[in-house]
Amino acid sequence: MIELRDVRKSFDGVEILHGISTKFEAGKINLVIGSSGHGKSVMMKCMVGLLKPTSGNVFYDGRDFTNLEYGELRDVRKEIGMLFQGTALFDSLTVEENVEFTLKMFTKMTPAERRDRVNYCLEQVDMVGINDKFPVEISGGMQKRVGIARAIALNIKYLFCDEPNSGLDPVTSRLIDELLQRITEQFEITTIINTHDMKTVFDIGDDVIFIYKGNNEWTGPVKDIVHADNETLKKFIKASQFD
Amino acid sequence: MNFFTEFGKYLLFLKGMFSKPEKLGVYVDRTITEMNNIGIGSLAIVVIIAIFQGAVTTLQIAYQLISPLIAKPVIGSVVSDSSMLELAPTITCLVLAGKVGSHIASEIGSMKMSEQIDALEVMGINSSGYLALPKIIAGLIMIPMLVIISIFLSNVGGILAGEASGILTSEEFIQGARESFIPFNLVFSLIKAFTYAFIITTVSCFMGYTAEGGALEVGASSTKAVVYSAVAILFSDYLLAQILL
Repeated sequence: MIELRDVRKSFDGVEILHGISTKFEAGKINLVIGSSGHGKSVMMKCMVGLLKPTSGNVFYDGRDFTNLEYGELRDVRKEIGMLFQGTALFDSLTVEENVEFTLKMFTKMTPAERRDRVNYCLEQVDMVGINDKFPVEISGGMQKRVGIARAIALNIKYLFCDEPNSGLDPVTSRLIDELLQRITEQFEITTIINTHDMKTVFDIGDDVIFIYKGNNEWTGPVKDIVHADNETLKKFIKASQFD
Repeated sequence: MNFFTEFGKYLLFLKGMFSKPEKLGVYVDRTITEMNNIGIGSLAIVVIIAIFQGAVTTLQIAYQLISPLIAKPVIGSVVSDSSMLELAPTITCLVLAGKVGSHIASEIGSMKMSEQIDALEVMGINSSGYLALPKIIAGLIMIPMLVIISIFLSNVGGILAGEASGILTSEEFIQGARESFIPFNLVFSLIKAFTYAFIITTVSCFMGYTAEGGALEVGASSTKAVVYSAVAILFSDYLLAQILL
């Protein structure tokens, strides 16, 4: 489980996150929704350690991530996988080398064992036979799948996805959603997805946190979202043409 | 004030590179790859510049020193010393600041823009150490080697130009070079090469690493890397000459 306690983040004196407190349950798909520019990505970056919160704490199964020593921090980070909005695959490495990267850096696996693990991860995302391609040689949807394969190469506990469907056509978006749902269930990981795609919310979401102007405006299970007594959330859902 | 802020960030960047490597073997592999990129990748341009630099210097020295009172080997002596003390290290490194520096800054800058550096950090890898340290070590090894090659080829260029123009024979050139040779000059040249190598690689890595924005900013960081490296090389050139000669 991941817990945020009163997380605040300011840039040049302007507060973007106004004390967010919430919990993300293990084994569930937790969706962070909200309009662009309201602090979803900043919150995710604070959670994975790319930004340091101005105040407040982030706990990973009770470990205070914001105040860990470098070595302990590195250990927690090995349990984190992240799918970036632009995939962030290393463009100088092949698909196989991308997926193999963390295995090479953090495990004592032999090259043969690494290759087996890479092939297993690529199988999980239905991307068999593209090991020698470079990221630039495959489509955006395929890059997202390879990004997921790279994220799960180590036995991760937490998967973060920042706008996993951005730039994808509706069919590919649904495939990515199904893939994330399958991987979350199969590996029993805590998945946190930043999105403003309400179709994703209703298709695969378990719990939802709605961020509005840097505040935790609404939190609850997906089934309650349509009947939520929150005008801002209702407007957001209506604006996404899904009411 | 802005200069001191940036310089402080540069020092913090250098400090941040040093942490226990996740896997030493990976870093060694990366260093060897960078040695190939920086050293072998720059060899052709260094060879061309060094030969022409030596040849032109010989012709110009001969033009300025035409006098029956001055022995011809003096030309070899002046060309050899000026190549070793100034031309080979400084000109070579100014060219390398353009070639190697812009490549490093744009490579790291592009990785920053496409979130590849963030991906490294999320994985638990010290991104500045992983990306910059192998380039810096490779530069510190390969750039002095390129400077030594440049010194040698400048003399070769001088000999060829002397023979081709009939100004002086190769024996006269070598005689002059030998008579004026002081081992400290070579040490001084290598001190310069190490200093310039450090400047080129660290400034370029820093500029790439701190790039923010989009494609335009990557280009700007690449330009800044070259300009700042060149200015720092010229400034340290003066400083080293003042201190060590």
